[in-house]
Amino acid sequence: MLSLLLFLPIAGAIACLVLPRSQEGKARVVATVFTLANLAIALALFASFDQGDNALQFAERRTWIDAADAGFNVQYFIGVDGLSATLVLLTGLLFLVAALISWNITLRPREYFAWLLALETAVMGVFAAQDLILFFLFWELELVPMFFLISIWGTGRKEYSAMKFVLYTLFGSALMLVGFLVLGFSQGTFDMVELAEADITSAAMSLNAVFFLILAAFAIKLPVFPLHTWLPDAHTDAPTAVSVILAGVLLKMGGYGLIRILVGILPDQFETFDVYLAALAAFSVLYGAVLTVRQTDLKRLIAYSSVSHMGYVLLGVAALGDVALTGAALQMFTHGTITALLFVMVGLVYDRTHTRQISDLSGLAHIMPIAATVFVIAGLASLGLPTMSGFVAELLIFLGSFDHFEIQTGLAVFGILLSAGYILWTVQRVFFGPRPQRWEHLTDTTNWWEQVAMAGLVAMIIGVGVYPATIVDVLESGIIRTLGFDQ
Amino acid sequence: MLDDLDRIGPVLVMAGVAALIIIWDFIPRPLPAARGKPLLFVALLGPAAAAAWTVSLLLRDAHIGCGPLDPLALSNAPLCPGGGGTLVEGVFSFANSVVLDDLTIFFFFLFAGIGAAIILASNDYAKRFGDYEAEFYALILFATSAMLLLSASRDLILIFVALEMTGITQYILAALQKDRRSTEAGIKYLLLGATASAVILYGMAFLFGLTGTTRLVAPGDELSIASVINERGGDLGAGLIMSLVFLIGGLSFKMSVVPFQMWAPDVYEGAPAPVAAFLSVASKAAAFAVVLRIFFEGLSGETVRGDWADIFAIVAAVSMTVGNVFALVQSNIKRLLGYSSIAQAGNFMVGLAAVSAAEGGLSLGASGVLFFIAAYAFTNLGAFIVVIAISARIGSDQIADYAGLARRAPLLAAALAFALISLTGIPPTAGFIAKLYIFNAAVESNLIWLVVVAVLNSVVSAFYYLKVAGIMFMGESANQESIATSAALKLVLGVAVIGILFVGIVPSPLLDAARDAASVFSQ
Repeated sequence: MLSLLLFLPIAGAIACLVLPRSQEGKARVVATVFTLANLAIALALFASFDQGDNALQFAERRTWIDAADAGFNVQYFIGVDGLSATLVLLTGLLFLVAALISWNITLRPREYFAWLLALETAVMGVFAAQDLILFFLFWELELVPMFFLISIWGTGRKEYSAMKFVLYTLFGSALMLVGFLVLGFSQGTFDMVELAEADITSAAMSLNAVFFLILAAFAIKLPVFPLHTWLPDAHTDAPTAVSVILAGVLLKMGGYGLIRILVGILPDQFETFDVYLAALAAFSVLYGAVLTVRQTDLKRLIAYSSVSHMGYVLLGVAALGDVALTGAALQMFTHGTITALLFVMVGLVYDRTHTRQISDLSGLAHIMPIAATVFVIAGLASLGLPTMSGFVAELLIFLGSFDHFEIQTGLAVFGILLSAGYILWTVQRVFFGPRPQRWEHLTDTTNWWEQVAMAGLVAMIIGVGVYPATIVDVLESGIIRTLGFDQ
Repeated sequence: MLDDLDRIGPVLVMAGVAALIIIWDFIPRPLPAARGKPLLFVALLGPAAAAAWTVSLLLRDAHIGCGPLDPLALSNAPLCPGGGGTLVEGVFSFANSVVLDDLTIFFFFLFAGIGAAIILASNDYAKRFGDYEAEFYALILFATSAMLLLSASRDLILIFVALEMTGITQYILAALQKDRRSTEAGIKYLLLGATASAVILYGMAFLFGLTGTTRLVAPGDELSIASVINERGGDLGAGLIMSLVFLIGGLSFKMSVVPFQMWAPDVYEGAPAPVAAFLSVASKAAAFAVVLRIFFEGLSGETVRGDWADIFAIVAAVSMTVGNVFALVQSNIKRLLGYSSIAQAGNFMVGLAAVSAAEGGLSLGASGVLFFIAAYAFTNLGAFIVVIAISARIGSDQIADYAGLARRAPLLAAALAFALISLTGIPPTAGFIAKLYIFNAAVESNLIWLVVVAVLNSVVSAFYYLKVAGIMFMGESANQESIATSAALKLVLGVAVIGILFVGIVPSPLLDAARDAASVFSQ
């Protein structure tokens, strides 16, 4: 069943490519059907996930490359625990959203949807892989679709941003690969479960060095200051749907890797450096938030807010406690839905006004009441209003990390204040204020695909905010499993 | 004698077909223009017959011979049919100067495949050679047959003769188009090649002087370079190091790595596109076959192993860095592929450096080299075939002219994109697995610094490879005319792309073959 989740999108990509040129408009239907089917599978998987069982579920294991005497046994080993299952659900949801809000793509639609679907396979693979080499394969597989999606369908300095994204990611993953090979050689296996259970005490190089090699990839992806500079460019120049995916799920690959691989396999090294990581996290939160306040471009603004919000994830992970890690994992899920919704709304505004400059916009609430309402909901969720999902996640992180890092947590809490500032200020400038003549002709959201995408995300944000247990219990089972390897 | 000839049968048929083409070309025909088609099929006979002969050798187990009985009886190797010895891999012929083993067979198949691919891909381009079309096919076959012989040679003299034969045919090939650039490429290649040959010969002379023999390996307790080095490797001192340096220096020309790499971009640029493709794949593979034979068999003694492995590690690191940095600024696709081939040779070389004193310490790195060479053959042929097709149609090798290629020739653009992704080492392609496997071997040999250099170089290479891919898919072309290609070219391009993806997704068959071939070094 899990394999189906991985390979159905690839089948969809091929289906898109073989459409005849005269039928190229049908690619969006194909993509929607395939992403919908994948979401259905992800939902079924999530619903049948047994929270009481701390083992990997839906696991599939096959030998892929068998060269044991050369120390190169690679398995096709996939499975999910609570953490993976939740992120797989998020991936399924956001790719459907991405397919829906791409319905107005007219430039080479077959290729566009094929790349989008190929990207889904890569991301699903990262969250499901339980073998280091397989994980690395899916991690790299994401590059080519992203490169083409940004550089062909993007805006602005799209080629530059696409290349910057690829080179940053490749740089991190190149170092990560060295770390993986050293780990694999030291234990004679790339099996992530075996590696997590093993007590790794020595390798061909110092384990601290291995830790930093692997950390590089995740810190770039998350991103953490000072490795975040690719993010605003990539987010801003990508097409809307790709920004949704980038902020919604690709950043989560970094957080996921931190928990799954660094906390799971190298907990001792993580504990050694957790104070510094927490400090970096707190700085990222504040730095990202301050930069966000200064942005004049709506998309850049949301992009920088991601830097700030991902800082909370790092803070929660660094605390290495049950509560804080669960909070960090939940923050990944909620930030995925909230930022996705924000990007959807910005894309919608940009579609109609063809500008993203905040100073050009004003009083849109009068003309586009639905869009304004949804943006406000997303914004309030983003600043952590109770009864919305962002609140639960941030609360858990602060509760869990305050015991360990009082100063860092204390500083990071100010991020909330700043985020309230930039969100409310943006809402005020864009949607309220005077109603300029030039925007009178705009129409509110009328397309069903946009409305479905928005409704789905709003339901998820409020649903998790009101009754977080559905997600939190599953996540917690995954976190307990990961921390359990330590003992 | 007949058995000996049988074991080098693939070499002989390949050369035979080449001679046939030359003779056939003398027969006057009323319409010279109509001879392209049959020529192609006659030329294809060469690789086909060589491959068929290799299959037959394999089926008859001609590479398994009867060795002396293992006195310690450690292995459970089956006994010879007549008793009195155990079955061993690798059969010597021609007074121990030629060997047929798994490694030979691996290269027989590889070179036959590359030869066939080049012949098919040249179908569109060969008309440019005018009256010399037949010579083009014949020379490709002669060069390929010399490479087959090279991979089977275990004697310094035979290795040198075969090296010269590949070299001389390739000098002519480079100059075959007879325009200014092609001639310049041919002369440049000839002059540098002659210098490199002299250096190799000097190194071989040192080795002969020190050991008193030209045989790399010999059965039993007969005199050979390997046996001398095993006995008194430590006493050979500076002379041995001198010979290592000269051999590596001279062979670095053939492998196109630092310090003799500078010819590659110039010659690739000036030579006809199919010849450049042949040089970048077949010639490089042949050079690595020689290096494996000389260093991993003749000079594999544990006292010298570390010396040359260290040299290879440094050459690898410098080559990939130099190749990648220069590739960044190229505007001509053939020059870019030239520098990229220098960098890729640096990657192969990681496998040469990844040897350890442990048992089987030689075969791990060697299997990485072999796998990488085969994966690279698919990949670089794929890239060059597209260049051949474009070059034959639009007559330009400027990367800027590749803009909008995705519209004009979607299949060519997609194929080149796959090849470039594979060269970068991004999944799901052959190049990804090849890099992974060879880096793993290096980590196991404690060469972590080299792996770090290599992976960072991969990041640099992504910039120029993906830039070309980006130009093809994003740029706009003034000329929207579609680019037609012949069926032969489409066929071989299809095979290359399927190969890239197949090896990337199901690597086990090729990996097993490479590991089998490399197992000859663990004996």
